[in-house]
Amino acid sequence: MTAPNVVSSKLDHGAVRKSKVGPMARREARLAVGMLAPTLVMVFSIVLFPLLANLWISVKPVSLAELRRPAPIVSERVRGDLDVAGTELKIQYRLRNSSQSAEISGVTMSDTLPAGLTFTRADDRCSISGRRIDCVFGTLEGGFREQIEAFAISDAAFAANPISPRDSKPMLTGDASNVLTNLEFTWDNYRRVFDATEFWTVFWVTISYTIFGTLGAMVLGLFAAQLLNTEFRGRAILRGLFLFPYVAPVIAVAFTWIILLDPFSGTLNAILQRMEVTDAPINFLGQRAVELRFLGLTFDFPLALSTVIIFEAWRYFPLSFLFILARMQSISSDMYEAAEVDGATPFQTFWHISLPQLLGILSTLFLLRFIWTFNKFDDIFLLTGGAAGTRTLTVDVYEQGFALANLGAGAAVAVVIFIMLVLFATTYLRFVHREEG
Amino acid sequence: MRYGNGFILGVLSGALWGLIATTLAGISITLVTGLAATPVLAAGLLAGTASAGTVLMRPRVQRTQPAYISAFFVTIVVFLLTSFAEPFSQSLAVAPLQQAIAILVVCGAITLANATCLHDVEAGMIKRYAVEVLLTRVFKGLGFVFFTVIVVLPFYVMIMTSLKSQQALLLNPLDLSIDLTKSPRELLNSYIELFTQFNFGRFLLISAIVSATTVIITLLFSIPGAYAVARLRFRGRGLMSQSILLVYMVPAIVLVIPLYAVFSQLGLRNTIIGLLIVYPATTVPVALYMLQGYFRGLPPELEEAGLMDGLGRIGVIWKITLPLSLPALASVSLYVFMIAWNEFLFAFMFLDNPNIFTLPRGVVSLNSSEIPRQHLMAGAVIATVPILIIFLWFERFLVQGLTAGSVKG
Repeated sequence: MTAPNVVSSKLDHGAVRKSKVGPMARREARLAVGMLAPTLVMVFSIVLFPLLANLWISVKPVSLAELRRPAPIVSERVRGDLDVAGTELKIQYRLRNSSQSAEISGVTMSDTLPAGLTFTRADDRCSISGRRIDCVFGTLEGGFREQIEAFAISDAAFAANPISPRDSKPMLTGDASNVLTNLEFTWDNYRRVFDATEFWTVFWVTISYTIFGTLGAMVLGLFAAQLLNTEFRGRAILRGLFLFPYVAPVIAVAFTWIILLDPFSGTLNAILQRMEVTDAPINFLGQRAVELRFLGLTFDFPLALSTVIIFEAWRYFPLSFLFILARMQSISSDMYEAAEVDGATPFQTFWHISLPQLLGILSTLFLLRFIWTFNKFDDIFLLTGGAAGTRTLTVDVYEQGFALANLGAGAAVAVVIFIMLVLFATTYLRFVHREEG
Repeated sequence: MRYGNGFILGVLSGALWGLIATTLAGISITLVTGLAATPVLAAGLLAGTASAGTVLMRPRVQRTQPAYISAFFVTIVVFLLTSFAEPFSQSLAVAPLQQAIAILVVCGAITLANATCLHDVEAGMIKRYAVEVLLTRVFKGLGFVFFTVIVVLPFYVMIMTSLKSQQALLLNPLDLSIDLTKSPRELLNSYIELFTQFNFGRFLLISAIVSATTVIITLLFSIPGAYAVARLRFRGRGLMSQSILLVYMVPAIVLVIPLYAVFSQLGLRNTIIGLLIVYPATTVPVALYMLQGYFRGLPPELEEAGLMDGLGRIGVIWKITLPLSLPALASVSLYVFMIAWNEFLFAFMFLDNPNIFTLPRGVVSLNSSEIPRQHLMAGAVIATVPILIIFLWFERFLVQGLTAGSVKG
């Protein structure tokens, strides 16, 4: 083989590869990008950008009140008789900084009086010329508040037909750094979130809520699917009914549960007392723990947490139920018939035939529901507000960011949540990969 | 006739049904009539046992209708005798009609349950297979009762509470009956007040507009995106279809702080526009994922034929793909509508102005100690009824939507 040949074969190869991305394919790719662009832009700006913004906010000292950018505010007052010519009017400008802590730099103010009024004298920081006043204040400290005075004299034409000088609003300028975009950083938020012994309580509450909530919903779902896996009259109605808890708005069912479980006037407590199950009403959502004695051992049973877990299981069993039922109905009946012929009992059939067939959907469902239960905020927030030992990480975001008005700390918790989610998602992808492979 | 474990198990199952039927009847009577009815559980237990015994004493071939009718009468007699003619701890003279109905229903239910569970159970020694068949029946029966109760009870309480007055609620929290002596106006008082004084008509309208607009925007964004992912070849296509699922695992609460901060500064926070930016962004990934799955299942030959006949891509999508995907579009629309209608977090965080509240935001504003709780429940009913009607009407589509896209929740 000679050298030129090698070169030409390389060239051929290149030509073949190039022809694969021909003008048609390129047009198709361009079209695809065009069709996806709106979605991508939207998802980037509303989902991915905030995710990254959390990292930024979590290292910034931002409180809820500081979100509004600090600005100079002025109110104007006039003292003196407007309708008597030649009287000296006193004009007061009350200037203040809207923020208690942040400073505003380069503050200036200018104002023009109505025709017929002339400034006579004014504060040192202001210059006057006829009807116009210009003041330069420089930097206003946080919490700045001062009264600036100026005097003006009126002529006869004005006194005959006076116009309030307040009708022309003073013009203000001033620069304040935006708390979100300035370059002030701090680790305080993370320190605050992690230093509190509360954090680990919150962490373990989140984990147990997630695990038991997911398992509860799946066990109920499996049971319900097993019930509806046979043909009978009224089956469609029951299937619709079983989906109610999921379809109804969370706001409606959460408040209903609160009223149902109310210790003083709730139906459930009244029923339990009527049936003589308990003597005193149980505060299902407000009591952190009850002492249980079992085999001579006493231990604290987390009551409120168990109640929100039961709510979670109640509200989301319909989803697991739909998935498991769909999978059950696709299992071929041959296997069951064969088992029946071989003399397998119902429990054996369930354990050795149904369950192995359902294992795939059950594990996928577990992973997805695990992530979604971990993400859940509305349910606990509405039921207990995170009180009585039910504060999960998601509720903590709200607690830190809005109830305690420290956005930075809230964002720090959100970052913790995000890191854990990345871990879960990696597990999920690896798992799904293995399933497919 | 020999007696063995079949008889024992059968009688035990009868006793269990007796217990359950009496308990439920006691609770139902209390909730529906407001009477302080405590069921005599022992009587129910004995009646169930006797009923099961009557059935089991006959050989299998003789268990026909007359056998069950005689079991029914045995149940009634035992139930009344063992409870000294006060099966619900109330003299039968109090609300005789309701009590009579309750007794008939309890005994009928016991007999029916026994007939279903025991119709082919031998009284003698039975094999493991037959034991498990019996247990399975009992479990299934328990399951139906359990699920029906846990689903129906909260919704019943929700509706009935909304029809009561504050004093009546405090006086007897168990009395969830409808007072038929009241005029409809009095009964629906909470609803009338919500619509006249609390602006709920407006909230309803805003919720409907926001949800419908969210559906439209979501479809406008996701249809072309889904088509591109399903049909067109481009670099990063595999990555796209995988990462879409990841996007919808991001929880709303993580997005709330940055969006709150940025929207506050842009003046979008306390506006409907703000919601209409956020809602579609959270639903588009789901919708795209669901639609691309459906588009992939359509035969590509139809579209190729369209292309050959001179249609452009847009024409193909509009004239071929979309008409074929109507069921999927319906599922996606309903599912997105449901998400938007039920959405609470962003509405709660963003909206302060009562003139632009959505329904969930409006209902939260009723959760205060100054507002009676029947108003809160009436608000909950107003928020629930439209979505449940839509759900029942289009159940088939919504169930498809749920199974296709809604591991999310």
